[in-house]
Amino acid sequence: MITVQDLTKRYARTTAVDHISFTVSKGQIVGFLGPNGAGKTTTMRMLTCFFPPTSGTASVAGYDVLNDPLEVRRHIGYLPETPPLYLEMETIEYLRFVGRLKGLAGADLEKRVAFVLDRCAIGDMQNKLLGKLSKGYRQRVGLAQAIIHNPDVLILDEPTSGLDPKQINETRELIRSLAGDHTIILSTHILPEVEQTCEQVIIINKGKLAATDSVANLQARARGAESVILEIGSRTGDFPASAAHERLEQIAGVSRVVRREEFTQGAVFEVEASRGQLVRGDLARVIVNAGWDLNELRPAAMSLEEIFLQLTGSPAAVDTPVAESTAPESTPPPPPPEAPAPEAHA
Amino acid sequence: MRNIWIICRRELNSYFASPIAWLLLTMYSLIFGYFFWNLVGYFINNAMEMQMMGQNAPVNINEQIIRPLLANNAFLEILFIPLITMRLFAEEKRNGTIELLATSPVRDSEIILGKWLAALLLYCWLLLYTGLNFAFLFRYGHPDIKTMGVAYLGLVLQGAALLAVGTFLSTLTRNQIIAGVTTFAACLLLWVFSWVSSYNSATWATVLSYLSVLSHSESFGRGVLSLKDNVYYLSIIFLGLFLTTRSLESLRWRS
Repeated sequence: MITVQDLTKRYARTTAVDHISFTVSKGQIVGFLGPNGAGKTTTMRMLTCFFPPTSGTASVAGYDVLNDPLEVRRHIGYLPETPPLYLEMETIEYLRFVGRLKGLAGADLEKRVAFVLDRCAIGDMQNKLLGKLSKGYRQRVGLAQAIIHNPDVLILDEPTSGLDPKQINETRELIRSLAGDHTIILSTHILPEVEQTCEQVIIINKGKLAATDSVANLQARARGAESVILEIGSRTGDFPASAAHERLEQIAGVSRVVRREEFTQGAVFEVEASRGQLVRGDLARVIVNAGWDLNELRPAAMSLEEIFLQLTGSPAAVDTPVAESTAPESTPPPPPPEAPAPEAHA
Repeated sequence: MRNIWIICRRELNSYFASPIAWLLLTMYSLIFGYFFWNLVGYFINNAMEMQMMGQNAPVNINEQIIRPLLANNAFLEILFIPLITMRLFAEEKRNGTIELLATSPVRDSEIILGKWLAALLLYCWLLLYTGLNFAFLFRYGHPDIKTMGVAYLGLVLQGAALLAVGTFLSTLTRNQIIAGVTTFAACLLLWVFSWVSSYNSATWATVLSYLSVLSHSESFGRGVLSLKDNVYYLSIIFLGLFLTTRSLESLRWRS
C-alpha cells in the first residue's frame, strides 16, 4: 500500500530525512516512532505530497508522490499535528467543505458526513463552531475530516498529543477501530501508544531508519524470555534481602535476579527466567514457604522504551546479553547494570 | 472549476461568518455615504447660487458628482483592499489549515483562483453598496448610465488587480498585519508612481508612470474604455496571481 525507497529531504543546512526505506502493507497499523525532531512529520508530509522529497521515491496506493500527487492525495486522509480546522465554521459545515474538496458531492457527501459524525462520535457537536470545541473534540473532528472520503491510507501525525488521558484512550480506541478499513500510519513519540495501537513499528532517529519490525518481534528480539517483577515483604521485622536474593537465584529456570529496590520491611526484585521456562509458580511457592509475604508479582514486559533507547540512543544498553544456558544450579552471573526504565509517559 | 468554486464559497462564508465582511461594509458605506452627501450638498449649493444670480450654467451630475465621487472611491479602496486580502493565505498558514488545502486533491492554481475570486466578490459587494447612493441621483436627475458603467468597470478591474497583488503578498507571511501593511504600501506606491512624470520626462519616469494605477483609472472615470488600460489591469492581475502560484510552490520546496 505504501512503498518508500531511499526517501530523503534536505533543507538548506540540515538533512531532515536521510535515505529512509520501508513498506507498509494493506490494512496494517504502523507506528512511526522517534524523538521530537527525528523527521516523522517531514516524512509524513512527503507522503501526503505537502512537499516533494529531495531525492528518493515514495508511492501510495500505487501512485508516485512526485508524478501523481493529485491521485496520491485522493487516496490519503491526513491529520496534521494540529487539526486543520477553520475555527469560524460549524462542525458539519466544515466536514461538508472537506468532503467536497476531496471530490464528494450530493447524496454521497451527506451520507459520508453522517457516517463520520457517527463514527467519531461528534454528532452532538455538529452545529457548534469549531472554535468552541474542546481539544479532544477538535482532534475527533480532525480524524473525521481525514476519513471523510474513505481513503485507503490514513496518515496521522501525533493524533493524541495534547489530550488528557481519557481523551487519549478514546482517540486510540477510535484509531484502532478504523484499522480494518484503512491502512494507518501514525506518528508518535509516546511508546505505550505504539504498544497499544500498532502492529508494526518504524523507528527513526535523526532522520535515519533505526528499526522496522512488528511490535511483538521487537520485544522478543530485545529480550528472549519472561521476566517478572516481585515485591516481597516481611511483617515480622527486618527483611533479609540478600538471603532472599540468593534463594530466588537457586530456583530452577531463573537466569538472573536483580534487586531493584530495598526497604527495611521488604524489597523489589526483577527476576528473569531462561527462555521457555515458566517460573512464576515456583517463585510464589518459595517465597511463601520461606515465611515472607508476596506483595506483588507481575510480568515485566520489555517496554518499547528500552528497545527504543537501545536502538536510538545509549549504546550501553544494547549489549545486555540474554543468558541462553539453563543450567539450574550454575553460579549466577553478577547483575549487569540496568538501563533505567521509566514506566509512565505523559 | 468546481474546486475553485468550493474554495471560493468557503472563503466568502468565512468573510461573512467572522464579522470582517460586515465591518468592512459598514465602514465603507459610512465613508462613502459621507463623500456622497458632501458632494451632493456642494452641487446643490452651487446650482442654487447660479440660479439666484440668474445664470444658467450647465450642471452635469456625471461630471460634478459621479466622477469626483468615484475618483475618491478609487483611493478609498486602497485602504480597504489590504483588509480584504491580508487574511487569505496568512491566516491559513498560521492556523495550519494550509496543510489541509495543500494535501487535498486540488491544484495550487485552483486554491489561488478560489481565494482571489472570493476577495473580488466581497469587493464587488462593497461596490454594490455605493450603487445605493446613486439610486437617488437616478430618482431626481438624469445621469448618464453608460459613463457610470465604464467607471464601475474601471473600479472592478482596479480592485481585481490590487487584490491579486494583495493575494500574493499574503502568501509571503503567516502574520496578517505584515501582509496587510505590505499590501497597503504596494497599493499606495502603485497609486502614486505617476507623480514623477509631472516633472520628469525621462524614459524610466514614463515607464513608472505607466505602471501607476492613477494613470489608468482616470480614463475609466471619464467613461473612456481604452485597450491600453484594460491590458494594464489584466497584466497586473495575471502577474499577481502568477507570483502567488510561484510563491506557493516555493513554499512547498522550502518548508
